[in-house]
Parts: sequence; C-alpha cells; structure tokens
Amino acid sequence: MSSTDFSCRELVELLTAYLDGALEPSQQTRLGTHLQNCDGCTDALEQFRTTIEITGRLTEDQVAAPEREAVREAFRRWRAERT
Amino acid sequence: MESTLAGISDLDLISRLRDGDEATFMRLVDSLGPSMLRVARMYVRSRAVAEDVVQDAWIGVLQGIDRFEGRSSLRTWIFRIVTNIAKTRGQREGRSVPFASLAGDDLDAPSFDPSMFLASDDPRGPGHWSTLPTDWRTIPEDRLVARETLDVAERAIETLPPMQAEVIRLRDVRGWTSEEVRNALDLSETNQRVLLHRARAKVRRALDEYLEGEATA
Repeated sequence: MSSTDFSCRELVELLTAYLDGALEPSQQTRLGTHLQNCDGCTDALEQFRTTIEITGRLTEDQVAAPEREAVREAFRRWRAERT
Repeated sequence: MESTLAGISDLDLISRLRDGDEATFMRLVDSLGPSMLRVARMYVRSRAVAEDVVQDAWIGVLQGIDRFEGRSSLRTWIFRIVTNIAKTRGQREGRSVPFASLAGDDLDAPSFDPSMFLASDDPRGPGHWSTLPTDWRTIPEDRLVARETLDVAERAIETLPPMQAEVIRLRDVRGWTSEEVRNALDLSETNQRVLLHRARAKVRRALDEYLEGEATA
C-alpha cells in the first residue's frame, strides 16, 4: 500500500497508459512511486508485461491462396499498364 | 519511422514498389493481408465482400504509390485505404455499423475482479488490494512461453469484440506504435488506449486462470 492518491483499483486501469508513457508527467511519477511501494500493483504490472510478451509470440494467419493469386494478377496488370 | 516490412526501410520499400518489384509486393501482401481482411470484415456483410475490398485496397495502393508522400508509415497508409473502402462499401450495402458493436460494450469493465479490492470506504485503505494478484515471476519461463499458454492467449483474442482484437493484434502481436494503430484504424487516442487496455485485461485474465496453480506463493 502507499500514500499516493491513486487507489490500487484505480491504478490498474492506468497500466496501459503508464506503459505507453501517455500519462501526464506528474501522474506518471506518482504512479511509479505507488508501484515502488505496493506489492499488489507490482504483481499486476508484471502480469500485464508478461501478457504483452506472451501475445508478442503469437503469429498471424496466412493469406488464402486464391486471394493471393488474385492480388498478384492485379499487380501484374498494374505493372503492365505502367510501362 | 516504423518499418512496414522487417529488414526494409519504408523508403526502400516504396521505391521497390514503384519499380514494379513483384516479390516485395507479395511479401507486403502476405504480411498485411490477414489484418486487412479482418478490418474489412468489420464493415461489410460477408467475407466475400471483404476479400473484394482488400483486393480493391491493393489496387488503390498501387495506383497511389507514386503520390505517397510518407507523412505516415506505409502500413498505416495502406490500412487507411482499406478502412475507407470498407466503410464506403458498408454504407453502400446499407449496413451501418455502430462503433459500440465493433468496440464492445464492456469498455468500462474492471481489469481485475472487484472482489480483489477493499471497499472504497474501507479504513484499512480504500480501494487497495484485499487479495494480491498472483506473482507470475514465480512461474517457470518455459511454462509461460509453452505452446499451450500461447494457445490460451490466441483463443482469448479470438473471443474479443473485433476492434479490441485488432488493436491488440496490431499493438502487441505486430508491435505497431499507438500512433500507427490510431491512424490505421481511425480511432481517437483515448479509444485506442481503452480498447487495448480492455483487450490486454481479458487476455491477462484468461492466462491467469490457466496458469493458476503454477505460481508458488
């Protein structure tokens, strides 16, 4: 727990803004101070960071072959018209 | 400036496209195509129409590439094109898509179970933790990055409202900046952040439920 003016319940809703560095500088500092003094919020931040890291390991779908070929054809037509 | 394809600067990429380099163009299609299709699908009635929109967007990209001035990243510009075409097509279909149906109606929902906090008038500390979140740092790294764990995250993303899913995919799967995602999907700065936060909170919760029991107290 800490003596800053965010409650823990409020702080967890600001974690994405905090990680983006998008809070007002004074808010950014106060949130950092709260985190230094609060095990629960530190765990919550760590869960968000790890979630982002896990999500970062996911991969994208692939483009279906027929669509891919249709786009390639469109590209070739465009290139032929250019020259 | 962010780079649209790994290993190639946008400037390079643009000049290769202007030169008619098919291999580079196809790499771009493979990289951005799946996201573009999902974005298009948000605004039009069927997958077939969405495929058509993506095709038109690529033609728009090629026709516009000589005029592209690089004020945004290339990928942001491409997404603006697909978003605009999809919205126009959706309107022509008489389909009006309220923002709430894309964004989800749970944007104000709490990220952590409210029962984990003390009441806002509790003398021990209003709104402070009554139950601490699990300390994930005690979970073995190989468990966190195991295929099964990634599948839990993937399934959680698949169940998100479409705009939440797309924001988290672009930001956290693909690593785009908030500015790029905001421009690409035509969102306000605040909406982009709220959507991302909700999406992360739900993936976090799914992971927490799955990993429960792995952490040591």
